[in-house]
Amino acid sequence: MKWLRKPWPDHRAERTLGAVSLLVGVVVLGMIAFVGVRAWPIFAHNGLSWLGSGGSLQTQLANMQATSVNPPAAAFHLRAWPLVYGTLLSTGFAVVLGVAIAVLSSIFIVELAPARLRRVAIPVIRLLASVPSVIYGLIGVLVFVPFVGNHLITASQKASVQSTVELTGAGLGVVVVILTVMITPIMIALICEALLSTPRSWREGAVALGLNPLRAVLAVTLRAIRPAIVAAAVLATARALGEAVMISMASGGSFFTPSLSHGVPIFLFEPFRTLASAIIDFNEGIGAPALSATLYAFAALLLFSAFVLSIAGYLIKLPLRKYQVRA
Amino acid sequence: MSVYAPDLDTRPRPSSGRGRRSSPWTWRWGDRLVLLCAWAAGLGLCLIAAAIVLYMGYRGIEYLRPGLLFARPAISTSQSHTGGILDPLIGTLLLTAIGIALAFPLAVASAIWIAEYGRPSWLARIVESSIEIVAGTPDIVLALFGVAIFQLGILAPLSFRAEGGGVYGRSFIAAGAMMSLIALPPLFVATRDGLRAVPTHMREAAFALGKTRIATIRRVLLPSVRSNIATGVTLGVSRIIGDTAIVVLLLGKTLHIETQGSVPAINLLRGTGSTLTSYVYDNSPAGEGAAPQKAYAAAFVLLLFVLALNLLVDKIGSGSLTSSV
Repeated sequence: MKWLRKPWPDHRAERTLGAVSLLVGVVVLGMIAFVGVRAWPIFAHNGLSWLGSGGSLQTQLANMQATSVNPPAAAFHLRAWPLVYGTLLSTGFAVVLGVAIAVLSSIFIVELAPARLRRVAIPVIRLLASVPSVIYGLIGVLVFVPFVGNHLITASQKASVQSTVELTGAGLGVVVVILTVMITPIMIALICEALLSTPRSWREGAVALGLNPLRAVLAVTLRAIRPAIVAAAVLATARALGEAVMISMASGGSFFTPSLSHGVPIFLFEPFRTLASAIIDFNEGIGAPALSATLYAFAALLLFSAFVLSIAGYLIKLPLRKYQVRA
Repeated sequence: MSVYAPDLDTRPRPSSGRGRRSSPWTWRWGDRLVLLCAWAAGLGLCLIAAAIVLYMGYRGIEYLRPGLLFARPAISTSQSHTGGILDPLIGTLLLTAIGIALAFPLAVASAIWIAEYGRPSWLARIVESSIEIVAGTPDIVLALFGVAIFQLGILAPLSFRAEGGGVYGRSFIAAGAMMSLIALPPLFVATRDGLRAVPTHMREAAFALGKTRIATIRRVLLPSVRSNIATGVTLGVSRIIGDTAIVVLLLGKTLHIETQGSVPAINLLRGTGSTLTSYVYDNSPAGEGAAPQKAYAAAFVLLLFVLALNLLVDKIGSGSLTSSV
């Protein structure tokens, strides 16, 4: 350790620190390469049509699990539409709900709440963001699911779809509610920051023109931070896409595709799975090469979406720089 | 970006013309509705947070016995004989220690390099975007990445070996390495932002005294951003403690901490185990255990950790406000 104690020459320090920093880049490249290579068989056998629908996903995955070390080409057949659909459905609903709640509560925190209430609200909402997803999942599966299953779903509703799916309470509705609570605090943090950094004079100008304070916020401040709201939504989408554990616990774990044709309340009670939760549910079968390739293909899709979303978020925030609004 | 620490400003915002504020009762109906919704949304979220803490507290006090913390888990069909949560507790602490130990030098070194050197700038941009990519990657993808690399032949000695010699890439080292990637972004961002906030004249004063750049960093800058680094570490710890996906895939979620090999300490690191999160997951109806009482007890302990870390972040944060340079 003597060399650490001696004063370093500057250029050596710079090179060492730079080399250590580059490690992160290497890790990212490695991650893309490893996930890509492991997922490749699925893309090679199915092209991109594995995102489409066709056949029963349940039997496809069972076939994959059954084949051992050298799977035949047929074992790689995959049509994962139910998972893609489930992911889009849960993420879409949660983000739409979440944006509305986040904008309203950000206005509440920044503009409306009395100072004393604000001092309580900020750490409390921050706490919501740091509750582990397994606790959300536990509350979902032990509190919400039995409640929905016993009190909200009627016997006739259960009977009407008995032939296709069993309604236990676990499903889209419960997942969307919990997912919304999980992703809203991130959006609130970003939107509040943007609200606080818009010049006060803009709002004062609006008030001077005769708008009431709330309308001034809605008309001027909120309009100015639109890019920040979209960027927050994009970030929240990325979080919702990658949520695995909570959804695996509360979604009912079924390859069913919730369908509006059953009517709205039943639609919300129907179980489903997402790409991320399927990885958790099937991780025991990762020894089977075909199934492992499938799970890595899901991961590759998630990685790709996260990548696209983060670029989108960056591009959306660019116009904000013009006004020197931090976001 | 304040993604990792929703860092809301607590500065009182000067309201427009207090005393002559227009009364909501004179507003249009639409505006009043928006006002009502905003109050409902803000208070609703606070109530949800309070409800979560109170409910978990109620269940925790109902099911948590001091003995549980010091008893090892056991297999039984009856919940009264399934033992305690000693192994998961040790697993959580061990994994956190490994994760932070790996993430700390990496994050702090890159933050220093980005904030103080950062040349050539295209390289600095690559490093910063890499860290953003890591931050945006779902933990489940990181977990699968970990499985892929620790199944490689050369890294096989680092992980647990099954009876037949099969390598599953599961061990404390494997899980800890991936956990370090989860803790890296908040630690990096906190340190970098802290360094950027140090006024230039402090550096200039040090240079004027004849100190080199690296000596300035070690003697002047790092001591002044200590509280930022502490915040970053706390955020990193709370992310590691709360993560389930990596544990389920990379630690093997075995009931007891299983060692591998005969060298003390190393055999523990190469072994498998469980953490509070995987224990909760396993004992919930979603896992196989179906021991909801134990799941509640472990979840309560987990939530206590999270609450404590949250308080710590607030305390460090407010401390730095009053005692900052």
